[in-house]
Amino acid sequence: MPSKPRSLWDSITAAGPPAGSLYGCGGGVALAGLAHASILGGRLEELRGRSVLLAMTDQLTAALAIAELDGVARRMVLLTPGLAAEHLPAVIAGAAADARVQDTDRSSPGREIGIGISVDARAPLEPHPVRRASTCETEWILLTSGTTGAPKLVQHDLASLTAALADGPPAPEVVWATFYDIRRYGGLQIYLRALHAGSLVLSDPAEPLIGFLARAAAAGVTHISGTPSHWRRVLMSGAAATIAPRYVRLSGEIADQAILDGLKAAYPEATVAHAFASTEAGVAFEVRDGRAGFPATLLDAPGSPVHLRVAEGTLRIRSAGNAHGYLGVDTGSFPRASDDAVDTGDRIEQRADRCYFLGRQGGVINVGGLKVYPEEIEAVINSHPWVRMSRVSARRNPITGAVVVADVVLAEADGTGGRPPSEALERELLHSCRRSLAPYKVPAAIRIVPGLEVSAAGKLARPDA
Amino acid sequence: MSVKSTIVSQFEQVATEQERKLARLSDDTKLIECGLDSLSFAIIVARLEDSLGVDPFSAERAVNFPVTFGDFVTLYEGLAK
Repeated sequence: MPSKPRSLWDSITAAGPPAGSLYGCGGGVALAGLAHASILGGRLEELRGRSVLLAMTDQLTAALAIAELDGVARRMVLLTPGLAAEHLPAVIAGAAADARVQDTDRSSPGREIGIGISVDARAPLEPHPVRRASTCETEWILLTSGTTGAPKLVQHDLASLTAALADGPPAPEVVWATFYDIRRYGGLQIYLRALHAGSLVLSDPAEPLIGFLARAAAAGVTHISGTPSHWRRVLMSGAAATIAPRYVRLSGEIADQAILDGLKAAYPEATVAHAFASTEAGVAFEVRDGRAGFPATLLDAPGSPVHLRVAEGTLRIRSAGNAHGYLGVDTGSFPRASDDAVDTGDRIEQRADRCYFLGRQGGVINVGGLKVYPEEIEAVINSHPWVRMSRVSARRNPITGAVVVADVVLAEADGTGGRPPSEALERELLHSCRRSLAPYKVPAAIRIVPGLEVSAAGKLARPDA
Repeated sequence: MSVKSTIVSQFEQVATEQERKLARLSDDTKLIECGLDSLSFAIIVARLEDSLGVDPFSAERAVNFPVTFGDFVTLYEGLAK
């Protein structure tokens, strides 16, 4: 007889009612309250077996809805905040979504798009008789950006998402906080960790950094996670001492020695750890020795549940934390290597006994933890009538890890003399990028160059640096 | 143009581009309260590297992350000769 699927709720209540709370900007919600209350206004049963779009702006509402829906919905699609409305129809079609949970806030993404059932989620919890019975293994869909700007639908389930969690008894004294949004992989990992241990303080994009740190401190934060870019901002805020965590975690970008040293100086009592994970490959490892890079002994380590190796210069990961694939039209493009590992596309260089990240293969640029595909930006620049071709590349940056810069080759002047001088041209191109791209994708600098190298295969040469 | 005035004009330029309201800049202005986000600072640092020829954060030594506008200017003045 097949065993009953074990849901997130089953998992966090295995050792008794959860002791922790989730804290949003407007206050906290005790997790134990979910046993007899709902964020879904008593409409949970309507969502049983459905493919549900989670379209909330508020993180606390989303966090509670996820805890209720796992084991109930057939599929949960975690919409990321800021997802462009133009991509929603493809996401809905790709995930065959037939229901949506939204917050009562009018600004919920895609509210105007018709879908089978719409359920309003309302914080705080309202008492409702709820059947916390899991009847399916819910598929979790995370969105990650693709070359055209359209998101890819990455397939996970509770087992793959919790593969990196150590088994252990709940630790109610542990209070997590994260700068991430829990609808992205890095934040979701912290959410799941916190739910299985103690409490979690959620961030809010409208809240100033100092306010978030004060809230985390008031909740008694012990563990806190963000990207190196988030942490640089904390160190530049003058408010780092607001919190006194015992564990500080960095992930989502390359952690350089300067930020590791800066954090160790700011939090001398804390363990400063940097972790590597990706939406497709899952969590690979955590490094706690305070040095950039990771020990080469992690590669091809026999018997490790997470198998790491470097092939053709990039890091490959095979583990139970790997995503299952892409859903919808992108199915075939999942970066599966020949040995069934996931190719992270992150280039590695080994120097003596240490491995270092060199950046992304294929030119993907990481701006403050957000993926940028040069092709998407080049397409916008190339659509300008004065432009013949362009090349977008990364430039190392101490604040966000990298910024985007563009080299542009102009089309031949038609002799009518209508073309403005270079400086005005650069401004005009930046302006048109700003009109059609998210701010982190707009080049920090545009340079007019006489020509760009094209490879023998007729492709734009992209130096990997 | 002095290092400081170059920096001030970059702050103003980037604030306009990012549609952010820049606070009045004095040496005591906290960077976090000047109205700019991380991306804005990233762009400012990238452009200052072009105009002043230095990136004080890239030096192979520990950097004290600047907290005030005055700290930020001092960091550049120390290197841009």
